[in-house]
Amino acid sequence: MQRRTKRQVKRIIRYALIIVVTAFFIFPLIWLGLTSIKPRAVLFDKPSWSSLFFEPTAKNYIDVFYREQYGLPPVRTYFEMLLVNSLLISLASVGLSTIIGTLAAWAFSRFEMRGKNTMMFFILSTRMLPPIATLVPLYLLYRALGFMYTHHGLILLYTMFTLAFSVWMMKGFIDEIPKELEEAAMVDGHSRLGAFFKATLPQALTAMAATAMFCLMTAWNEYAFALVVTGTDWTHARTAPVQLAKTFGESGYNWGLITASELIYLIPVIIITFIMQEYLLRGITFGTIKR
Amino acid sequence: MARVLLENVTLEKGILCPVHSLTLEVRDKEFVSLLAPSGSGKTTTLRIVAGLDRPEKGSVWIGDEEVGDMTPAERDVAMIFQTYALYPHVSVRDNLASPLKVRKTPETEIDRSVKEVAEVLHIEDLLDKRPVTLSGGEMQRVAIGRALIRKPRVYLMDEPLTNLDAKLRVELRAEMKRLQKELGQTTIYATHDEVEALAMSNRIAVLNQGRLIQYDAPEAIYTHPKNTFVARFVGTPAMNMIPCSLEEKHGRKILQAGAFEYDITDFAEAVQGKATGDELVLGVRPAHVELHSKPPVDGGIQASVYVVEPMGRMTIVDVKVGENVFKVKVPHLFEGKPGDSVWISLDPRSVHIFDRKTGEAIA
Repeated sequence: MQRRTKRQVKRIIRYALIIVVTAFFIFPLIWLGLTSIKPRAVLFDKPSWSSLFFEPTAKNYIDVFYREQYGLPPVRTYFEMLLVNSLLISLASVGLSTIIGTLAAWAFSRFEMRGKNTMMFFILSTRMLPPIATLVPLYLLYRALGFMYTHHGLILLYTMFTLAFSVWMMKGFIDEIPKELEEAAMVDGHSRLGAFFKATLPQALTAMAATAMFCLMTAWNEYAFALVVTGTDWTHARTAPVQLAKTFGESGYNWGLITASELIYLIPVIIITFIMQEYLLRGITFGTIKR
Repeated sequence: MARVLLENVTLEKGILCPVHSLTLEVRDKEFVSLLAPSGSGKTTTLRIVAGLDRPEKGSVWIGDEEVGDMTPAERDVAMIFQTYALYPHVSVRDNLASPLKVRKTPETEIDRSVKEVAEVLHIEDLLDKRPVTLSGGEMQRVAIGRALIRKPRVYLMDEPLTNLDAKLRVELRAEMKRLQKELGQTTIYATHDEVEALAMSNRIAVLNQGRLIQYDAPEAIYTHPKNTFVARFVGTPAMNMIPCSLEEKHGRKILQAGAFEYDITDFAEAVQGKATGDELVLGVRPAHVELHSKPPVDGGIQASVYVVEPMGRMTIVDVKVGENVFKVKVPHLFEGKPGDSVWISLDPRSVHIFDRKTGEAIA
């Protein structure tokens, strides 16, 4: 009996801890959500918890897509187009980066080559410079190449940003997959590359999902380069973060509009994370457990 | 079905267990064991034959072809890995079928072969399981099955029975020997277990630190070990090795070992001809030492019982002669206690003499 109560107390403490930690991390999100459905009038009530009771409004969400003008019919903001841009550019660059990264990591992990460590270090060193330092040269380069205001320009850019990370991360994972699996496949009759697809790739999928998630976060949230490449003028390749920032600046601090835009902006990542959740968790703990 | 020939194969750089100038011929349909302690290059040798490692020097032949430039797939060999190397993401059935599938074997034939192999290895119940859910012994049998399912030119087996329990090991040992004979497959079998090597092989190649020490039929390896390494390594318990020196006493040639001496007048000339000096090692297997409770007529060596290890049908008795300990295999129950006085005599036909400096066998 006593042992049982002890166990129950332990369980209560454990859950209490989980709830505290979760609350800590989720609070900003909840506040974001609350702000986005508050009427403008109660936004700045003090103290802020006194404004917990209000009549929710959907006006901010409509404002994200249609901007009111005094005396004129509202105009479309094309925010959904920006989301599509962000999605397109992020997913394409994440896909490229993960695939190229996996193949490169496999090569680094499995093949003898001269200067392997130097090359790995070189790849890492591309991320040592603060990215912003390359902004001006990149601007000139992109202008010369005609990559300004284009989707593929940003896709290439983000692939480059995340590739070093994905090569290093995948190298770690692939090193953990026994190379005998591939050798067995080769003896079974597969070619060198065939053995990779047959034996190693299925093992690396979870790791690839985890890598892709991290790359997605980088690409999805990137602002500075997106601003330079697509932000200077209204262009068809502009990404959502750029527009979010413009919302801050141009129409005063309309917090309701800002928070509503941000929540909408969050939705695709949340959906993708949920889809990948299982892979992701397995990927993150991958290699920490002796199988 | 093909012979395998390694000619002066050397692989030293960047490898854990190097192989030095190894020449080894395995005849068609022959079962050859690579017998060596861990880290002696057995696995490396198999990997070179399979084409997974490229030798720096020397050439590898399978059948009448030089296979140096061929990929593992082109060489048409099957290998059982020590680490099993089963594909973790597919079922046992798919693991077994995999080598046939790559070679575009018709489905019905694959099904039939899988069933056949599963039956031989007692893994019919495991076919739909994933490798991760299997025990070590079960995984090992699946790994054996993945090799047996195919009829390659050569089987390469890297310690395939080590992780099985004793009973299954003996059973599979016989089963594999039968299969090999029946299929007439050239087989190279790496093992550190001399019993396996002696029981299964046509010939045994004893390796030490990447070099071939002796290559001969099992009986010859056992009865005529080429040097002290082979003598110590083959046979359980290991051969008794007593350092001694060649001396002359009253016109007779004797081996002086401190506490006792052994008369070798009859073949002293042969010994002296081959030895590099007077420092020798007297070797005798525990089974070739006789134990007496009373002094034998021809004058035995007096000893005292040191340790008694009953093994069921036989007893291993350690006796002390001066500072030297002899292991004696007694084919019955031994009644003595430690400290008892006993006499031993050595079977003169089974005494080995080695050169202490070079380790080479002399007589």
